Amino acid sequence: MQVANKLSPFFENLNFERDDNTMVINFGPQHPSAHGQLRLVLELDGEQVVKAYPDIGYLHRGIEKMAENMTYNEFLPTTDRLDYIASTSNNYAYALAVEKLIGIEAPRRAQVIRTMLLELNRVISHLFFIATHALDVGAMSVFLYAFREREFAMDLMEDYCGARLTHSAVRIGGVPLDLPAGWLENLATFCDKVDYEVEHTYEALLTENRIWKMRLEDVGVISAEDALNWGCTGPMLRGSGIPYDIRKEEPYELYSELDFDVPVSDRCDSYGRYKLYMEEMRQSTRILKQLIPMYKESEPQLMAHAPQYISAPKEEIMTQNYALMQHFVLVTQGMRPPRGEVYVPTESPKGELGFYIKSEGEPYAYRLKCRAPSFFHTGLLQEILVGTYIADVVTIIGSTNIVFGEVDR
Amino acid sequence: MRKYVPKDNVQAKAYYTDRFHVVPRVPREKVEEGSHFAEVVKAIGTDLKESYIEISTLVLHINPEDNFKVIKTLKERCGYTQCSEQSAVDYLAKENEFELFWQLLNVKEAKRVRVVCRLEKGLAIESIEPLFKSANFAEREMFDMFGIKVNNHPFLKRILMPDDWEGHPLLKTYPLFGDEFASWYEVDKIFGKEYRDIIGPENRDPAKIDIEDTKRFSRVGYEVPFGAEYNGEEEQGIEYSETALVNYNKKASKTLDERR
Repeated sequence: MQVANKLSPFFENLNFERDDNTMVINFGPQHPSAHGQLRLVLELDGEQVVKAYPDIGYLHRGIEKMAENMTYNEFLPTTDRLDYIASTSNNYAYALAVEKLIGIEAPRRAQVIRTMLLELNRVISHLFFIATHALDVGAMSVFLYAFREREFAMDLMEDYCGARLTHSAVRIGGVPLDLPAGWLENLATFCDKVDYEVEHTYEALLTENRIWKMRLEDVGVISAEDALNWGCTGPMLRGSGIPYDIRKEEPYELYSELDFDVPVSDRCDSYGRYKLYMEEMRQSTRILKQLIPMYKESEPQLMAHAPQYISAPKEEIMTQNYALMQHFVLVTQGMRPPRGEVYVPTESPKGELGFYIKSEGEPYAYRLKCRAPSFFHTGLLQEILVGTYIADVVTIIGSTNIVFGEVDR
Repeated sequence: MRKYVPKDNVQAKAYYTDRFHVVPRVPREKVEEGSHFAEVVKAIGTDLKESYIEISTLVLHINPEDNFKVIKTLKERCGYTQCSEQSAVDYLAKENEFELFWQLLNVKEAKRVRVVCRLEKGLAIESIEPLFKSANFAEREMFDMFGIKVNNHPFLKRILMPDDWEGHPLLKTYPLFGDEFASWYEVDKIFGKEYRDIIGPENRDPAKIDIEDTKRFSRVGYEVPFGAEYNGEEEQGIEYSETALVNYNKKASKTLDERR
């Protein structure tokens, strides 16, 4: 055992004490393939992992604690920092939970815009997944191509809300802005572009690629029972043959009106999950294309009318006395939802993102629990990494698609 | 006299509450006969203290001793095969107990159940890790954040906070910006406790911005060269950065003589 003190440095990456010929190594927290601050303590027998212990908490910012000290509207931009690859899905999950608690529904146009943003974020997240996953496994060029398309999607987000990473593009009760001029045309072009690129670039590069198949097939196998038991959701669950998509099973927003398929793979391995992500991107663009005519048919109202909880539109605040008073109270004191508790699951790109909110009727949430999919997918690593080879560890971490903003919160 | 601040809940509070404000409650519905939830309630039987449906989730109140038994029934007889989330709510200030909840999902029926129990301070809860592996991390997080001990957990250890941390951050008694221990944690760990006096609270936080600090260029528009003496006069600003600042003096702005 090393004795670390100020004079003799501590070799963090190696533990020289050997017991029955195994070696303990630290994978991370600064490893480029660890997708953030994951410290994975691996016990190796030769090249084989005999024990894996994920150590998390390097990005812990106490977001749940902050939620107890911020009013409901104040907290919304903080949710951007959970899954920072697809911020709008966090904003939305939080806003939906508060809306369910106070019992309001966003107007039609806001719902259309929200669904668009959610699906756009899903594409952004999945493009990021395929880029980094391929990079981890060794296919460098996919990274460049995927980031090229992701850039277009980020530009669309920037055109809408002005931010590329931390969007805060959803408000409790609706959306803050209408779509800018020409946005829908750009979106339609983008959908076609993604459809084309998925088929002709990513799949053409990877699906039948011999190296890609050798690295992914039968790597990181999760049985259906294990997937349920370890709390896997989203593509991780559907990759194990369980067709559970919250958008279909417990529909929210416009998903009950939209026509889309839930891709399922019963291969249970990383390759199956990769195919799933590709198919999900296609379904997302399919949804986006259906939403464009829906937007044109909708009324221009953007925020729900609930004066007790939500400020009136700017025009009313500027012209009507009572709206200004309401707005003043809501800004200075914050809204006071009824007493009660709510758990609302949504299908974020990574899996089931749910917010549990316990309200005691105060402007501050009494307790907010963020159910992050990546947290449970990280827990799963201690099970599926055992018995694999060290080269596959990177593939499996990439395939779980974890983001440390929401693991550590 | 110093203002009285309650110690049992140091979280943010509303600065004003209308005396006549009556807080409404989210409507709770009864479990309808013949529905899926009615079967769940029937399967649990006498262990149940209270049950209702709140925002499309069935909420089951139980005794803390029965948690393993009830959740096992839910898993094996009612098809709740996934434990989505588990955590606690701190009610120590008011009732000297925690409220623990388990959020379960039935994948086949697309139904959700929340099992809730009240646990007195200092008591431990039985781990449901043998039923749901996802509870492994969730229970560790609950232990880390609230200090609730879990019996028969395979590896009950702090998960998000460092192992040598003192205090449990999500308790209502724990301040948002950390307590005394938290603020000195790095100093204690790297240099030792005796260095608290040498370093002092003013140098403790590396992210702190000091207006007199000439080395970090934190005064936008009034920068001075690296290491130079700062004499406190703010007239000698650098020209280029002036353009970035809005000049709010009276000459630059136009005032209307009368209202339009």
